[in-house]
Amino acid sequence: MSAAPRPGHVKALAQGWFAAHKWLAARRLSQALFLALFLTGPLFGLWIAKGTLAASLTLGVLPLTDPLVALQSLLAGHMLETSALVGAAIVLAAYAIVGGRAYCAWVCPVNVVTDFAAWLRARLGLKDGLGLDRRLRFLILGGALVASAATGTIAWEFVNPVTILHRGLVYGSLFGAGAALFVTLAVFLFDLGIAARGWCTHLCPVGAFYGLLGSRSLVRVAARGRDACDNCMECFAVCPERQVIAPALRGKDKGAGPVILSRDCTNCGRCIDVCAKNVFEFGTRFANGMDDGHKAVPPKQDGPEKIARAG
Amino acid sequence: MTDKGKQSGAVNRRNVLAGTVRAACGVGVLALLLAVPARRRAEAVALRPPGAIADRDFLSACVRCGLCVRDCPYGTLKLSEAGDGQPLGTPFYNARQVPCEMCEHIPCVGACPTGALDKGLTDIREAHMGTAVLVGQETCLNFLGLRCDVCYRVCPLIDQAITLERHHNERTGKHAVFIPTVHTDKCTGCGKCEKGCVLDEAAIKVLPHSLAVGMLGKHYRLGWKEKEKAGKSLIDGIIDLPDRMPDPVAPPGPERLPGGGFKEFRP
Repeated sequence: MSAAPRPGHVKALAQGWFAAHKWLAARRLSQALFLALFLTGPLFGLWIAKGTLAASLTLGVLPLTDPLVALQSLLAGHMLETSALVGAAIVLAAYAIVGGRAYCAWVCPVNVVTDFAAWLRARLGLKDGLGLDRRLRFLILGGALVASAATGTIAWEFVNPVTILHRGLVYGSLFGAGAALFVTLAVFLFDLGIAARGWCTHLCPVGAFYGLLGSRSLVRVAARGRDACDNCMECFAVCPERQVIAPALRGKDKGAGPVILSRDCTNCGRCIDVCAKNVFEFGTRFANGMDDGHKAVPPKQDGPEKIARAG
Repeated sequence: MTDKGKQSGAVNRRNVLAGTVRAACGVGVLALLLAVPARRRAEAVALRPPGAIADRDFLSACVRCGLCVRDCPYGTLKLSEAGDGQPLGTPFYNARQVPCEMCEHIPCVGACPTGALDKGLTDIREAHMGTAVLVGQETCLNFLGLRCDVCYRVCPLIDQAITLERHHNERTGKHAVFIPTVHTDKCTGCGKCEKGCVLDEAAIKVLPHSLAVGMLGKHYRLGWKEKEKAGKSLIDGIIDLPDRMPDPVAPPGPERLPGGGFKEFRP
């Protein structure tokens, strides 16, 4: 029995290991860096960022606040202080540029856990498992907002694996067999054994919120070289949001530009990594011209989105 | 063709309606599930950092970032873990382990980015994190007639928040006992007394204010205070309540039967 070659294998042979892993490496580095900013203080007494991903203060001057947490607090009837509001505005502006879900791929610590589950799932040859609707995350987001308003609390923070894990890492409780460890393991097992890409792609309302936030974001992956595509399907195999690729990669006949415009795309760049034909690259949403120089037809509301749903 | 179009239109409308209902149900389910932990009353033993806004509002404001914990110079504040009782990740302190040292500049309040800790608190002596209560009246050494006095001595507001009140020692009949007495309007709930208590299990404990102090009925009036307010007695002279003497004639009871029991009794 010979396992199917892993995505990126062909590219690694042709262009070297690094070419097939550079965005993945950059992303892991980024995730580690964001964590390190919070950990130099408690570990070495060198304080860079204090707090957690919910709210933090960097170098004693830069406040950052998770805009979803801030929104829930406002819905719960609390008027946040200026510091938290400014922090939320900064985060909103940043992700409106780099892509809302870049948060998921480049910052969120849960991503490492679910990526590992997906990798292991592929290695073990497990089938996709429970088929969940990707729109569930929006229901959960709606539920969290309604619960916040109805109960007067920041409701999602009672269960949010993102901040629970981050707090566990930053405050050290992850290593004490506490809630952080349990919740993280639960997410891992869920993604590994129950539903492929179950948490981040189907359920997480934080990702859903950042997705909405980055609906019109500037930085995008583009299938610039889509004419060279040989349908090896490796990009689909590695993509955590498979549905986003087809409209751009295969939409030329329908007049769609090469830029992946779906708000679900996490800008992880893994498709760029694995593609042996170097079809994908990072760009902006505005460089969406047709390959032959014509301006792309702007995707209609129910055009590529519909394909995305079906994908 | 047109029929088909109409039909599919109807089906679409139905689909849209069904989809909307389904989505609303989904949102409702999630909201209700989340409401379970959200509606749970904060554990009675939660001692929040100084300046914490009212318990029922606290979870609308606290984002559980722990910036107050980071800026606490004494390691008093902690973020709660599963099993600590409070909602996960919210700041609290355990007075018996590390009490609040009542920093003059209240760094924890300054660090809070959201207003969960109210910046209106500028004098730490005005803080009401909780209230000390001498719960162990059978174990407190002072109650037993000794002169321990540790809780009184360590109190940052000595002679204000805790005073020693002299009482007669009923056991010996000839000595005095000095009862540590907490004055709830002054006590900040810092917990130095609970930390300092020499017993294996502290006889004096800091409790949330509502548990420690109780509350009079809103209609209660204290006569001596009303008198003070009015500047004079509220009633002229002595009220002579009507005397009620026992009725000389006994009211007629049920008729007894000769063999015992009552005539009207019907089994």
